[in-house]
Amino acid sequence: MAALLPVPAALRAKRRREAVRTLAFLSPWLIGFAVFFGYPLVSTLYFSFMHYDGFAQPTFSGLKNWRYVLTSYPFFWQGVRNTLWLVVVMVTLRVVFGLGVGMLITKIRTGAGFFRTAFYLPYLAPPVAATIGFAFLFNPGTGPVNHLLGTLGLPQPGWFTDPSWSKPALTLLALWGVGDLMVIFMAALLDVPREQYEAAELDGAGAWQRFRFVTYPNISPIVMFAVVTGVIQTLQYYTQALVAGKVASGIIGNSGQQFEPGYPQGSTWTLPQMVYSLGFQRFDYGSACVVALLLFAVAMAFTALLLRRRSGLMGAED
Amino acid sequence: MTDALPAAALRARPTPAARAARRRTALHWIAVHALGVAAALFFLLPFVFLFLTSMMSDQQALTSDLWPHHWAWGNYSKVWHTPGFLTWWRNTLLYAGLGTVLTVVSSLPVAYALAKFRFRGRRIALMAVISMMMLPPQVVVIPMYLFWAKQLHLSGTLWPLIIPMAFGDAFSIFLLRQFLLTIPREYLEAARIDGCGELRTLLRVTVPMARPAIAAVALFQFFSCWNDYFGPQIYAGENESAWTLSYGLESFKGAHHTNWNLTMAATLLVMAPVIVLFFFAQKAFIEGVTLTGVKG
Repeated sequence: MAALLPVPAALRAKRRREAVRTLAFLSPWLIGFAVFFGYPLVSTLYFSFMHYDGFAQPTFSGLKNWRYVLTSYPFFWQGVRNTLWLVVVMVTLRVVFGLGVGMLITKIRTGAGFFRTAFYLPYLAPPVAATIGFAFLFNPGTGPVNHLLGTLGLPQPGWFTDPSWSKPALTLLALWGVGDLMVIFMAALLDVPREQYEAAELDGAGAWQRFRFVTYPNISPIVMFAVVTGVIQTLQYYTQALVAGKVASGIIGNSGQQFEPGYPQGSTWTLPQMVYSLGFQRFDYGSACVVALLLFAVAMAFTALLLRRRSGLMGAED
Repeated sequence: MTDALPAAALRARPTPAARAARRRTALHWIAVHALGVAAALFFLLPFVFLFLTSMMSDQQALTSDLWPHHWAWGNYSKVWHTPGFLTWWRNTLLYAGLGTVLTVVSSLPVAYALAKFRFRGRRIALMAVISMMMLPPQVVVIPMYLFWAKQLHLSGTLWPLIIPMAFGDAFSIFLLRQFLLTIPREYLEAARIDGCGELRTLLRVTVPMARPAIAAVALFQFFSCWNDYFGPQIYAGENESAWTLSYGLESFKGAHHTNWNLTMAATLLVMAPVIVLFFFAQKAFIEGVTLTGVKG
């Protein structure tokens, strides 16, 4: 309605100045968004319908790539199953463990600074370094972990070399780096009003009831946030799985052999590695783009959860 | 419950109930700290074992010994003088250093506009930033690779990873915006009344106030470049002289197949800068992590 009323020239000029100013401030990102997000996304969609090996001209191939990936590519569903496993087990355990460590750190009175740093430190270890370190610690031959398990008379699994233990080993690596969640939960726990605990205690609530009826309702948005971002991160799970497979199999770059990701027996094979393998090892860019788009769709579905008003990620508007 | 007792009774000599309460507190202290020690062992022992192995001789590293017979400090200088290692250091510093500076400079004005300007499409723009932040890098890698390699002929270098950081980084924009929201409008109004333009307000008022958030963003970006494996693998993989530490470390393991001691020394040398930097900037870092949660 306001637009229909005559606007004084001075006000119009001010508005125009403001629009130019806003554009100027946003300009780096507007370019970045167009060139590094918009364009490649459209291009990924385009290539998913093309046959392209990076050398000959791309030719239109209709739904052939889609059909190939979903029905004949033998490793697609294995990758989906592994990714699903990681999403369910790794994310759940990381959130539970992160919350547990976060609660522990808020209760520690003596040496709190030392414990906080100790718990946080592994999160900082570069993933490649951490993975190679774990591949050593958990190597079945001479690794300290199996050495200790043997001393205690416990079974000594093959960890990164055994298809049924490789994902649990990667999960342990992920739990080791739980520091980010610990800090987020710690901040949330310290924000819970103390009076609510006192009131609950007066009502005779035990530890579990205090957690269930006071702590949890207060921190549930953060738990939700941790779960959703955890799922999105796990969809991108790449470096640790690939490096663990390479180190455990002994096939690394300059050994002359090409490493097929997923060692042992495809048990660490995930969707992002599929994009890499199809695109950069087999030069089937079209099929790689199909997998990329599927990955995109799932990631955006979870991002939509974060964007809902309730999640609070959009923050207060002023 | 002790709360039900009259205050006078508490002040007098300890009643059995008060003594029981104190004993409970002591037991609680012990239980909590015992758990803390157990958790600390879980988090720190891997570092200890890596270090101990890095100190072993070549022969001993092949055994399942936990403790080195002789402390072979020479392993570290051996790693340091491995061909390529210094080049990887230089490349990583260039990638992470330049990338951090570019990210902060390009993301700050965008975050400021998203936090403080009112304009149509602001919500959409923020949603787009969050979507970009959550995008797996593998989704757009095929066209981006073709763009950098086939059109700009920059494969075999780190430039395809550095240049985009001059155009804002979604995560940094988001984190800075969350912090800028907490700066009261009045400060900015006051600057404007004093005749500052928006750019001067940003540089003179906002930047000094947002120093902790800027420090956090810079650290995060530095670490994410330092840790990046996928980017260097795609763009620099074909050219060993452009490798970064994270990428080179893996091939170091390949070249020193049986020498776990040297590999562990190299691994710790790659971890060290990140950990040293953390000790210097711990506070900014923890604040930054908290800010990425649901706050603001």
